[in-house]
Amino acid sequence: MTREILIAGFGGQGILFGGKALAYLGMVNNLEVSWLPSYGPEMRGGTANCHVIISDKPIGSPIVVSPTDLIVMNLPSFEKFKKNVAKGGNIFADSSLIDKVWSRKGINKYDIPATQMASEMGNSKLANMILLGKMLSTMDSVFMETIKKALEMSIPPSKMHLLDINLKAIEAGFNYN
Amino acid sequence: MKGNEAIAEAAIRANCKHFFGYPITPQTEISAYMAKRMPRIGGVFLQAESEVAAINMVYGAAGAGVRVMTSSSSPGISLKAEGISYIAGADLPCVIVNIVRGGPGLGGIQPAQSDYFQAVKGAGHGDYKMIVLAPSSVQEVVDCTFDAFDLADKYRVPVMILGDGMLGQMMEPVVFPEKSPKCEQKDWATCGTKNKRKPNIINSLYIEPQDLERLIIARQQRYNAIAEKEVRFEKENIEDADIVLVAYGTTARIVKAAYEKARKNGIKAGIIRPITLWPFPEKIIAETAQRAKAIVCVEMSMGQMVEDVRLATGGACPVGFYGRAGGMVPEPEAIYDVIRRYV
Repeated sequence: MTREILIAGFGGQGILFGGKALAYLGMVNNLEVSWLPSYGPEMRGGTANCHVIISDKPIGSPIVVSPTDLIVMNLPSFEKFKKNVAKGGNIFADSSLIDKVWSRKGINKYDIPATQMASEMGNSKLANMILLGKMLSTMDSVFMETIKKALEMSIPPSKMHLLDINLKAIEAGFNYN
Repeated sequence: MKGNEAIAEAAIRANCKHFFGYPITPQTEISAYMAKRMPRIGGVFLQAESEVAAINMVYGAAGAGVRVMTSSSSPGISLKAEGISYIAGADLPCVIVNIVRGGPGLGGIQPAQSDYFQAVKGAGHGDYKMIVLAPSSVQEVVDCTFDAFDLADKYRVPVMILGDGMLGQMMEPVVFPEKSPKCEQKDWATCGTKNKRKPNIINSLYIEPQDLERLIIARQQRYNAIAEKEVRFEKENIEDADIVLVAYGTTARIVKAAYEKARKNGIKAGIIRPITLWPFPEKIIAETAQRAKAIVCVEMSMGQMVEDVRLATGGACPVGFYGRAGGMVPEPEAIYDVIRRYV
């Protein structure tokens, strides 16, 4: 099993954090993982993306060129990366922010109004977790079972009071149809 | 753990108690980590007023016999070059980290390997060498950091850990080895005589040419010993390979993706990944050049290590090159196309 995940959006949407949670999720399941952020003058407002690989084999290149999974949270990133998604791969798009109808044979596109759902939950910053939850619904159930542990490892101690609400957002995404 | 943080944590575990630095992207996490941890373990963290100051603080601390490290990225290493030459001239051990970004000048902040010449051919003046270690994963970053301190002490030379922005910023799981650092007694250090011995003198100025030559020759002999004993590299399937790829650091991982595709498609490809850039693994490349149809060097530069590869082959086989620069990272597909051109 190898999932090559690209998470892309605006800085401030929790792009890097979402990736970090996935990397820890791989780690708690004894898989090989790598996490590579875009860095530089990209925080808050600019584009941000992060490459995560989870695999049962040692990871060669940490760069995700053609993702098996694209979690995408703004239109520019969607336009930029949609054509790179591997055949049979998944796109998890925040349809609150990406109002484009697009489909391609062999690509599973999931449109989730994540930002809107997150706002209804009281915190629009949870949109990343909602999309992550939807992605977990396409994976082995063991990942959903261990996501709490992964979050406990990836949330800094000063933010630990947000653990429950993050878990709720993941569940909401997981159950969204 | 991030590559940068892994360097800092490994250094502390290798008994490095002194760190002097000046922030620069993409390696600032090393300083940040040291700033947090050093006070807690009774060490010294100091953000100097400049890179020049930081390397001279390293010079002083190394002279006093403690394990000491500094880190920077390309433009900052250029500033440190003078101090590195002095440290080499005074035969002092220390560890210098360069998390390379695009250059020349201020360049960019994305990953590059364009400081190869600076690292292995000497950034500063004079007849000196520096051991250069080039890890390719966060785990290897940890292992190399331990080794760097041991090698520096063993040979009394500065050792450089050469990474790139990608390695510094990426996160991978790491295991820290359960080993107590080898800390040799440094009887040459200037750490107080307590009225029990003659003072030690640390110096890099020798006015008498015969004195200076004697010293340089003795140092050269140490360099020869390093070149003989400390070469490190990794190889894969080079025995039957028609085409052998040479790459170091994170580039080697990208090359590996192209190599695997080539093997899958029936192309006999192999990889040599130098871990020490100085001493350079010239022997294995010379041997390989006798068998292979071609060697291709891949770098994130316009071609620097490729010169050492060509020297090592002695013209026994053609040496090709593929490189990206300025913070652009080569893609496996492009490397694969280069491989196909040679078979």
